[in-house]
Amino acid sequence: MDTILQLVLNGLAVGCIYGLVALGFVLIYKATELVNFAQGDLLMLGAFTCYMFVVWYGVAYWAAFALAIAIVGLFGAALDAAVLRRVIGQPQFAVVMLTIGLGAIFRSFASITWGSEIYTLPTPFSARATRLGGVTVSHEYVSIIVGTIVLCGALYAFFRYTKFGVAMQAASQNQLAAYYMGIPVKRMFSLIWAISAGVAAIAGVLLAPVSLIDINLGFIGLKAFAAAVLGGFGSIPGALVGGITIGLIELFAGAYLPHGFKDVAAYVVLLLVLAVRPQGMFGAVGRKRV
Amino acid sequence: MRFLFKTSYGQDLGMFRDGVQRNWYIALLVGLLLLPRVLPDYTVDLSLVFIYGLCGISLMVLAGYTGLVSLGHAAFLGIGAYAHVYFIHDLHLPWIVSVALACVITAAVGVLVGLPALRMTGVYLTIATLAFALIIQEVFARWEHVTGGLKGKPVDKPVLFGVSFANDVAFYMLCLAFLIGGLWVTLNILRAPTGRAWVAIRDSEIAAQSLGVNLAVYKTMAFGYSAALMGVAGALFSHKIGFLAPDIFSVLLSIQLLLMVVVGGLGSLHGAVYGAVFVAILPVLISQARDAVPAWGGLDRFVKQPGLEPGLFGLILVLFILFEPLGIYGRWTKIKLYFAMFPLYKRATFRRQKAYMRSERLR
Repeated sequence: MDTILQLVLNGLAVGCIYGLVALGFVLIYKATELVNFAQGDLLMLGAFTCYMFVVWYGVAYWAAFALAIAIVGLFGAALDAAVLRRVIGQPQFAVVMLTIGLGAIFRSFASITWGSEIYTLPTPFSARATRLGGVTVSHEYVSIIVGTIVLCGALYAFFRYTKFGVAMQAASQNQLAAYYMGIPVKRMFSLIWAISAGVAAIAGVLLAPVSLIDINLGFIGLKAFAAAVLGGFGSIPGALVGGITIGLIELFAGAYLPHGFKDVAAYVVLLLVLAVRPQGMFGAVGRKRV
Repeated sequence: MRFLFKTSYGQDLGMFRDGVQRNWYIALLVGLLLLPRVLPDYTVDLSLVFIYGLCGISLMVLAGYTGLVSLGHAAFLGIGAYAHVYFIHDLHLPWIVSVALACVITAAVGVLVGLPALRMTGVYLTIATLAFALIIQEVFARWEHVTGGLKGKPVDKPVLFGVSFANDVAFYMLCLAFLIGGLWVTLNILRAPTGRAWVAIRDSEIAAQSLGVNLAVYKTMAFGYSAALMGVAGALFSHKIGFLAPDIFSVLLSIQLLLMVVVGGLGSLHGAVYGAVFVAILPVLISQARDAVPAWGGLDRFVKQPGLEPGLFGLILVLFILFEPLGIYGRWTKIKLYFAMFPLYKRATFRRQKAYMRSERLR
């Protein structure tokens, strides 16, 4: 029983990270119908930026956290304004290749700037744990879960109650109508990219103490795809539920199935979902009239 | 500009447009046959160009002609390579039989992957093939008595009908022969009803369906054919690299294969070959350029960092998509048209259409 509880706790924490990365995909997809294959690499940039401030410049953890979010967020907005805005309306394939190319550039940049070694980020939660009954609750995992809950609450409130958030929803539902209503659609898209990159940075910083920081941290984005697809690509709650499901499946597969299944469990689920129910758990598909 | 008047059906059915074009291709073939004598140091790199050329054709059929973008083709290459090596080493089959079997097995896997892919469109398919490739890579690492697992598996030089192709020049000719064969078969399939159906599916699935194209059959066929070519390429690739290990067939290789098609120019077999030349030759050029960089303020140390090369590939990809989405072949047709039309060339001929966002949420 304790093992199962332990697995559930750890799975939740890992799943929250997948959920956050998937949330980044979904935000961008909902707004611009671009699929950002560089999301995982933005996460890596976030983790490295925070590491740089904490270890190289001795900034306090929370300040470095905020700085990392702000810098990566601004970077995301700049990326949209400079590059991605040009490819809206082109075939999706072009965009996929474009973001893959961007991801390669980011990894290259990280390896030149910070080196290709493996780093650990010291945090206030590192290597501390509380025992509850038979379950070891490590503070790093708790920080991930709490961080995800707080972030989701904030995002929900932002999209529901602020003028900006409502404008963004409008822009993503119908671009042309949003233009007619006087919403600056281009700026909204940049803002969405900023939010999405910021979410990736948060996921990166939260993940850093659990997994080590290196330039291949971004490949976690591939598993987050499974999460996003499982939840239905256009659904925000779906992304989180999908992420947590994938996290739980992965940890249980690692514990109870033979070696090697842990790494592919997420992809097997992804293929099954796509083959059986391509619109995911929460997705809805409309029919086009010809 | 030269106009061609067709006076017989034979002219319309011929592989080449006219005698001039045919002579150019013959000249190219002669040039390629003599190339190992001119550039003896680069024979090995050039045989890689031909193998990549086969991969390029394979992916071009799927992505460029049928419109199904796959990010998992490294897995097909790997299946072809491992199957071939298993047949010649563990079962001691003759080389040609082994290549044929590898081709059949890869095609079968391609059809199996293609079946669920019928329900997916656009980016979902890309993600699904990516997941497939990641699973297959894990299979390569775990299925030890066939693949040799993480320890890897050495590959001997090819021996055909008792003739050894261990020599670099001989292997070069072998790869060239396979590339020409692949091009010939593909070109003919693309001119036949099958190829027309593929192009129709790429341009509009709904229109193709209304005209009586069976989507399921033709999409599966495209997957099977593409995978079969990849299987042959994999068999040759295994001899080229001489040692198989699971991490060769990674996502990065898939991306490189796709890069080849995009940079070459989607939707033309010329593009596949140009892309192959580009992807296989660029690392050689980069490594030569690195040695030539002067030591101004640590510039030479900067360019010698190992992490730089993937970034450079990424940068090239981004620049191509932003500024020349038609690839090298597209640029070449533009230049050719400029001279053909000389004073009357209109820039707008190839202008990208401004489109509002086309929603793919509705299917």
